[in-house]
Parts: sequence; structure tokens; C-alpha cells
Amino acid sequence: MSTTLTVAVLAELFPNGISHYVIGGLLVGLGTAVIYLGTGIAAGASTFLESTLSYASNLSRFQRYHASRDWRVVFTLGIVAGAAVYALTFQSGLVSSALQPGANTGELRDIGGVTIWLTDVQPWRLFLGGILIGIGTRLGKGCTSGHGVCGIGSASGASFVGVTTFLLVAIGVAQLVAATGVSP
Amino acid sequence: MSSEHDQHPLFLPLVFVGGLIFGFGLGFSHMAQPEVVLNFLQFEDFGLLFVMFGAAVVTGIGFFGIKQFRSDAPLTGAIYGRRLKTLDRNVVLGGGIFGVGWGLSGICPGAAYASLGVGNVFILYGIAGMFVGAYIQGFWRSSRTEGDAPTTAAD
Repeated sequence: MSTTLTVAVLAELFPNGISHYVIGGLLVGLGTAVIYLGTGIAAGASTFLESTLSYASNLSRFQRYHASRDWRVVFTLGIVAGAAVYALTFQSGLVSSALQPGANTGELRDIGGVTIWLTDVQPWRLFLGGILIGIGTRLGKGCTSGHGVCGIGSASGASFVGVTTFLLVAIGVAQLVAATGVSP
Repeated sequence: MSSEHDQHPLFLPLVFVGGLIFGFGLGFSHMAQPEVVLNFLQFEDFGLLFVMFGAAVVTGIGFFGIKQFRSDAPLTGAIYGRRLKTLDRNVVLGGGIFGVGWGLSGICPGAAYASLGVGNVFILYGIAGMFVGAYIQGFWRSSRTEGDAPTTAAD
């Protein structure tokens, strides 16, 4: 009886299952750990934005990342390539597993045997959200990977504060936007 | 063009492989789909918690575990340390601004790069926005600190 209840609650909280979330999360952590073990660097994704601007701008705020800008480009290219490997394998149906339910949002489109995924979220939300993310992550010293993964993994007090702040604010904003009828 | 870390021939290849695993994980976990992140923020699917905290646990094991075996990183000689930032007003203010953007769009930097990898060309609106935002704060903060002491340490 309690088992039935547990299953019902889990189905309610996780309507798409948990296996792909757990496996994906472990891999994100593994990627971060591989870089850290080899180099001692706790790599976050948002510094790339400023370090890459240092190629084009002499502002002191960007030039302070001059020394790390090359490897940050390589890290970002790795992220793009890793997601592309997922697209070429699981997303395109070349590999399948019961642990990977496949996308049930957005649009899947076949282009010459490769399945790409396209979002339905409106461009203005992506662009305006992007501007605020660019300002906020750099002012706030980290994003979901810097604070959320590396910072929490380091048991950093500042990161706990940062994650709590952006998580609560994002929940409020997303619910507000949904309540006003904007979808998706 | 000098870089403090690229002496070792395996440095950049290792960073690339780490990024590859990281990006594959973001694709596999559907975090490259802004809709899935928005579903989490709207309390329709709590799976994101497994991604973020699962990743943090593995990272934490690596960060704390490695110190039992050695004190410095093989490719750079850097001493293994934790990722610690000073807690000040900016962490809360910046976190709040980031939260508004994250809640509005369902994207964050790492997941946005991964979204490009799964073929989502529309994410370029978001990535372009992030560069604009990063430039705005950099321009503003560079001009504000220009008169101050030039000895600010990198954070």
C-alpha cells in the first residue's frame, strides 16, 4: 500500500522518469571532475562569455581573463561537441535505451539522417533572458555550473547563497510568466 | 599570446574531453531543452534537481577525494583547492538578476552551449543575449573601477 503511494508520488513529481536526469547529472559531474583532477581548475561555463570578449575588447574587466580565454573556448567547444554526440546517437535513434525517454518538448526534425531538436520557446524570451543571464552570472560570480556544480561541490557558503537566490527568483519569475499566459 | 596553463601538451585535449562528457550529460539529461528547465521551475517535473545535485555530488567527491592521493594537478602543477568566492552583495544581486533571466528563458550558459550542439539554432538568440549582457556589465564595471586601485585580484 505504501509502495503504491510512493510510486504515485514519484510519478507525480517525475512524470518523465528519473534515469536520464540521474545519468546526465553524473556525467556533468564527471566532466567537471576530469578537468579538475587533471588541471586543478574548477571550470564554470559563464566566464567564457567575458573571457571570449577579451579577444575583441580591451576593457579591463575582460582582459583579466586573458590567460584563461583559450582553454575556455576549448571547454565550450567540447560542450557543444558532446551535445552533438548525443544528437548523433540517442537523439537520431542510432542508439536507444530504456534509460533515455527521448524528447517530448520542442520539435525534432530530420536533416539527412541526423535528428536535430528545436525549441518552441519564443526568441524574445531567449534573447532578453540571455541579456539578464550575461549580466547576472558575471556580477554574481557564477552560474548553474560554477555555483551550482563546482561551488556546491566545494561546500562553498557563497555558492549556497548564490544558488538559493537564483533558484528562488527563477521559480517566481517562471511561474509569473506562465500565469500571464505566455507559453512557451 | 601567453597562456598560464597550456604548457602541457595534454592540457587542451583534457579540457576538451571534460567538456565533451559535460555536454553529452547536458544533452542526455534534456537540460539542453529550455522547456524542460521551465517545467522544473513551474513545478511540473522535478528531474532537474537530480541533474544539478547529482553533478555536485560527483564533483564534490572528486574535489575532496583527490586530496587523499596528491596535492597538485599533474598537467598544471596547480595545488588542488576548493572553488570558493567571497560572499558579498554582488552574489545576491547578480544571482537575482540571473534568476530573472533563467526563469524567463529556461536557459543558462552551459545548457545553452549544449543546446546548440543538439541542433537548436534558435538558442543563438539566447547566446547573443548573454554576450550583450556580459558586455554591458563589463563596460559598466570597467569604467567604475578605472579610477580605483588597479590591483584587483581575479576572482
